[in-house]
Amino acid sequence: MESSKLKREKDSQISDELNELRMESSELKKARDSPISDESYRRSSFPDEVLERVISLLNSHRDRSSVSLVCKDWYNMERWSRTHVFIGNCYSVSPEIVAQRFPKIRSVTLKGKPRFSDFNLVPQNWGADVHAWLVVFAAKYPFLEELRLKRMTISDASLEFLASSFPNFKALSLLSCDGFSTNGLAAIATHCKNLTELDIHENDIDDKGGGWLSCFPESFTSLEVLNFANVTSDINFDALERLTGRCKSMRVLKVNRSISLEQLQRLLANAPHLTELGTGSFSQELTPHQYEDLESVFNNCKNIHTLSGLWEVKGLYLPALYPVSTHLTFLNLSYAVLQSDELAKLLVHCPQLRRLWVLDTVDDKGLEAVGSNCPLLEELRVFPADPFDEEIVHGVTEAGFVAVSYGCPRLHYVLYFCRQMTNAAVTTVVQNCPNFTHFRLCIMTPGQPDYLTNEPMDEAFGAVVKTCRKLRRLSVSGYLTDLTFEHIGRYAKNLETLSVAFAGSSDWGMQCVLAGCPKLRKLEIRDCPFGNAALLSGLEKYESMRSLWMSACNVTMNGCRLLAREMPRLNVEVMKEEGSDDDGRADKVYVYRSIAGRRRDAPSSVLTL
Amino acid sequence: MQGVVAIGGGGSESGSMSTVSREENMVVSSEDSSYPDESGLELGLGLSLGGFKVNQVSKGGGQYARILTAKDLPSVVSSAGGSASSSLSPSSSSSSSSSSLSRANITAGTKRTADSVAAAIGSSQVVGWPPIRAYRMNSMVNQAKAVATEGFNATEENHKSETSMVEKNTIGSYQSSGNAKIRKSLFVKVNMDGIPIGRKVDLNAHESYEKLAKTLEDMFLKTNTSVNPVVSRAREHGLMNQITRPSKLLDGSSDFVLTYEDKEGDWMLVGDVPWEMFLTSVKRLRIMRTSEATGLGTQIRILC
Repeated sequence: MESSKLKREKDSQISDELNELRMESSELKKARDSPISDESYRRSSFPDEVLERVISLLNSHRDRSSVSLVCKDWYNMERWSRTHVFIGNCYSVSPEIVAQRFPKIRSVTLKGKPRFSDFNLVPQNWGADVHAWLVVFAAKYPFLEELRLKRMTISDASLEFLASSFPNFKALSLLSCDGFSTNGLAAIATHCKNLTELDIHENDIDDKGGGWLSCFPESFTSLEVLNFANVTSDINFDALERLTGRCKSMRVLKVNRSISLEQLQRLLANAPHLTELGTGSFSQELTPHQYEDLESVFNNCKNIHTLSGLWEVKGLYLPALYPVSTHLTFLNLSYAVLQSDELAKLLVHCPQLRRLWVLDTVDDKGLEAVGSNCPLLEELRVFPADPFDEEIVHGVTEAGFVAVSYGCPRLHYVLYFCRQMTNAAVTTVVQNCPNFTHFRLCIMTPGQPDYLTNEPMDEAFGAVVKTCRKLRRLSVSGYLTDLTFEHIGRYAKNLETLSVAFAGSSDWGMQCVLAGCPKLRKLEIRDCPFGNAALLSGLEKYESMRSLWMSACNVTMNGCRLLAREMPRLNVEVMKEEGSDDDGRADKVYVYRSIAGRRRDAPSSVLTL
Repeated sequence: MQGVVAIGGGGSESGSMSTVSREENMVVSSEDSSYPDESGLELGLGLSLGGFKVNQVSKGGGQYARILTAKDLPSVVSSAGGSASSSLSPSSSSSSSSSSLSRANITAGTKRTADSVAAAIGSSQVVGWPPIRAYRMNSMVNQAKAVATEGFNATEENHKSETSMVEKNTIGSYQSSGNAKIRKSLFVKVNMDGIPIGRKVDLNAHESYEKLAKTLEDMFLKTNTSVNPVVSRAREHGLMNQITRPSKLLDGSSDFVLTYEDKEGDWMLVGDVPWEMFLTSVKRLRIMRTSEATGLGTQIRILC
């Protein structure tokens, strides 16, 4: 946490310098009335070398984008010095274009499918296959070191290709991806001699067994980050023990459920410098002696600030974590079924907590304990343990949410799944915590009003956008009229991402948002009564956004065709349902800006208009 | 029916269902007495004590509809594409806008206005909702089972086999594109008048009332008052005269009728609503002596 804060300070220092440079340069531009700068004029006021040096220190891709827009020289200087490229939508640009512009890339982050693919709203073969990218990278970036993919499809063959094409390859991170099996991981383990990071997180993996872990050669010692929590089958524990023993720089280790407490204890004994730990199953029957060993090994791990895993947790064993809990800043209990008293007892020992993820089995009482014990809390996520059970006999309510807000004024990120909520509660929460940047509230029954007053939840989200001026991400739920969207359009001036489901009364709602939110980048809508008028009101807007998703709304094929015709730089894709009648309704629409033109790998169920 | 999972072998064969689940279904129902004399008063249901019809007036201000049979109500399968407007539209329910979901709302849904688009849908019927990653859902299926719901203690072994089956099927159904619903186990208690020990039955393992009745008959009627599965099996083979028709419990020809308690706490006769609807409202089952069952209604409350 500290290092990222320092980094941000450094970045902002550089940004300040940059602003000065920018101002100077724009004055020069005005004076000269021409984008092509005069070498002698510029050199006299500012040497190239300094400029290059400053620009090369920039890390934020947004800053770099700004830099590249100043003038041609700056554009060139920036592109030659960029080493990391972030591509938020893999279809917005082609790998060839990227390689053409940035010759010195060593690290790539690529995101593919629309976010609703996480919830099975996107057909399996939709696309976002990384292979074409890898082929270009192998030719243009032979010294590629890092690849981070989110919602992409990657096959075992691609993983093998990756493993054998980049001798310097260091870091692979796969989040919410699919298309591969443990055989692909075996290829990575076998061939990537310089690997420092293997982060396999929440993917759809074809698990063919744990043999892949044994593929790391005995001579291999460079691993610093290993997260295989996602890959559930049993691995060879001896191989893992030896691996962690010889990788002396390992700082992040997140094992899977097959690892028992006793095994965990042995791993930790060899890795006392870990900063992030994901345990395996936390429920083995331990003898007192074994428990003591566990406690003492945690006592030795003074650097752990992030803890996760804890599957099948036995509340009885949580005290073993107390030595570590005092300096925990991130505690992920979202796979640990804990009751309120168990959580409360643990949180007494976690005063430094900044981020907490829990299941709603902890109830409102557990959240009260959060409010009482964690004054520094900045992020809270409450997941439902049993979301499809409609019996309202458990879970968290508005009371828990309010309790946390009283105790945690620094809260700025919340993801809250609940079965009931009130306008009053949300209003209170944002009064207590006005600094929300991310507010994601999911009232799980679609279209449910304030359960006490029976009113729509408009007032709640109105309060959110009026009070939280720094709001960047908002997910709304419950019974909402267009009024909610009027509020959003009027007040949410920093909003970048908006997710809407089962809400709104008419086109007007969506129009308000499109007209009123200048920084909107991602808009995802499902099951709302927004139609063509709404869709088309955002014509120019969509080019300033990354993407728009609309499913089960009232847009028609003709509306989409019109959009596609008017805005040639947008790709307008319609996903047709199997066997749905061709009544002109566009079931799922995905619109995104692109300089690569229409994509050529769309399956037959996806029409690009 | 899409996505229905037959857990435990489908339940139609008394052998397979019973052997898998017999152990875990044995419950000593001490607090939940099945003795008819106590249960009526204790549960406060006014069962056949004259007060029953009063209970049946809808709490939410709804009204009686005509008696609906399975023929009147189409199936409750959620529509394609995750659309909020389901294909279900019971003829006698009120429905203001065409896109609003109308289903016979047996749960206390009076809080929802008629205009609300998806007001009456439970979250379990909509694809991709609530918005939780499939990975997390699959991980939680295993563990949610570990949370005691009604206090039944499944043995560790049975628990694992049950959850692993559920997990596989859940993964399968969750990850297929489009229309699959999540199907998981729906175990409910079953008590029979005169038998001290209750059982549990997985409703989602049966596709129809016939199958359910058959299972229950196999569980209860063939064993008489004996709880010993071995003994009752022997008896079953020996005494073939007992069950001839498949649905004695349903057609009123036996000494017992099958009833269920719904979410409102009222006891209803099983069989009058479509199977799917029954699944969403049933809390537990009771095999009641026919003599006790007078006054039980079959009306469905439709809330406007």
